[in-house]
Amino acid sequence: MSAHATVDLVDYDEAVRRYDPVIGIEVHVELGTKTKMFCAAEVEFGGEPNTQVTPVSLGLPGALPVVNGKAVEYAIKIGLALNCQIAESCRFARKNYFYPDVPKNFQTSQYDEPIAFDGYLDVELEDGTIFRVDIERAHMEEDAGKNTHVGGATGRIHGAEYSLVDYNRAGIPLVEIVTRPITGAGERAPEVARAYVQTLRDIFRALDVSEARMERGNVRADVNLSLRATPESPLGTRTETKNVNSFRSIERAVRYEVSRQAAVLDEGGTVIQETRHWHEDTSVTTAGRVKSDAEDYRYFPEPDLVPVAPSRDWVEQIRATLPELPVARRNRLQGEWGYADAEMRDVVNAGALDLIEATVAAGASPAAARKWWMGELARYAKTSDTEIAEIAVTPAQIAQLQALVDSGRINDKLARQVLEGVLAGEGDPEAVVVARGLEVVSDDGALLEAIDAALAAQPDIVEKVRSGNMGPIGAIIGAVMKATKGQADAGRVRELVIERIG
Amino acid sequence: MSTISRDEVARVAVLARIDLRPEELDRLAGELDVIVDAIAQVSEVATPDVPATSHPLPLTNVFRDDVPVPPLPVEDVLAAAPASEDGRFSVPQILGEE
Repeated sequence: MSAHATVDLVDYDEAVRRYDPVIGIEVHVELGTKTKMFCAAEVEFGGEPNTQVTPVSLGLPGALPVVNGKAVEYAIKIGLALNCQIAESCRFARKNYFYPDVPKNFQTSQYDEPIAFDGYLDVELEDGTIFRVDIERAHMEEDAGKNTHVGGATGRIHGAEYSLVDYNRAGIPLVEIVTRPITGAGERAPEVARAYVQTLRDIFRALDVSEARMERGNVRADVNLSLRATPESPLGTRTETKNVNSFRSIERAVRYEVSRQAAVLDEGGTVIQETRHWHEDTSVTTAGRVKSDAEDYRYFPEPDLVPVAPSRDWVEQIRATLPELPVARRNRLQGEWGYADAEMRDVVNAGALDLIEATVAAGASPAAARKWWMGELARYAKTSDTEIAEIAVTPAQIAQLQALVDSGRINDKLARQVLEGVLAGEGDPEAVVVARGLEVVSDDGALLEAIDAALAAQPDIVEKVRSGNMGPIGAIIGAVMKATKGQADAGRVRELVIERIG
Repeated sequence: MSTISRDEVARVAVLARIDLRPEELDRLAGELDVIVDAIAQVSEVATPDVPATSHPLPLTNVFRDDVPVPPLPVEDVLAAAPASEDGRFSVPQILGEE
């Protein structure tokens, strides 16, 4: 807020020339279970305040938690998808702190024994480079309630007279995924951070363990960042920027912290280990709590819950149900379709992968499907400012259009007109061909009529062709094509013209 | 032998939001010492074949099916609130953080 103006920043490119950024990311994902982590209160987005709570979510005296088996299954799924080891036995722990959105005065979490650990995730960057992010752990915990601060001028906590708390969210199952320090990204650290969270989001959806909607806070990221002089130097002091909740913000928050910390270090200062807040509106971070003694959460094993010891059989059963993950699917499809790396990348970046897959499934060749979606339709999406998946044409219609071309009933030029008709809402390609009369004229009688008219109009050309000069024949063919509005097969016209003159 | 110092009691008291007077710090340091010593005797009798455990029950994997139960009526929920507004708990201003 008021402090923003005084912050020195080093130009980003300059900063990464002189310092090596190291990032660490904590991602929280809300699981899409029907009930909470430790009680059977229903979980549904957008309920009236405090209508989805039980004595356990409220931390009432004597209330006893019971673990949601489905949430454990989802946590194992996530662990397996991130190439983690699944603990033979793990337990919950109490993380003690006082804040009104935590009604028990502790969060039930996991501490020394997470359910999943030692994994990795391969993340694809925009240019197709694969960057491996090492995962330290993924553990189960519960979400907190939601505070709304009222009474202050800004609506933030400072100046607020009081807060209102809704405990519907308190106790929703979370999995927190923690990376090891991500080194070696250099100037691409912001892109790596963004791609990592984006890949996680895609995996949560593919696994069907969460709706994973960023805008609803289903997926939340805390971004740690530190700078060091060279990749050989020891790690610098890090800051933790909390609750960066859009892909774009993750990238920008990393850039901002790189520029800010570089300025602090340039002046011979030291980076303070602290929590920082990301401000979406102004794209800056500001200082929050300094990490100190107050961060001692006095963790201890949760006495009200017995250990979770997933049998190896259960883990293998879950592994067997894992769907094909996005990167694996992409690689498989590329192999099946024979696309070059650059072609595949363009398809993915254009958001056309699903569309092309469906088009191929509907009978089109992979090459033809790509030609339509990445050519005519991509252009149409761009000029009409629409997402390609939102265009008013289905993969089945594109497959039908291509089938019409393949059967010779229409040519490429007519196909574009047919597509115009489909996009204009005139129905399937077949219907458009009939309604607009766009079929290739294959009836020789009709063609001959047009040819005779063209020959009669240009007798001098007829003479030249007769005397063996085939050059000017194009003028006749052109006239015939014009007369048939492009619906003639040019090859056939040429044959007929020669026959006629000959 | 004293294992719990007065400073440690003071530190934990702050973390637990318990306001202790100086004489209470002294007394509690002594009392906690006795408790810690008593528990330490357990380690003396534990042989290496007894694994450390946080749970005395021979149970693991006590799970519940993911099936909702009716929630508490919102009136009952808010009956426990010192004050409420718009169906939510009204709590004092929170300091020390933006």
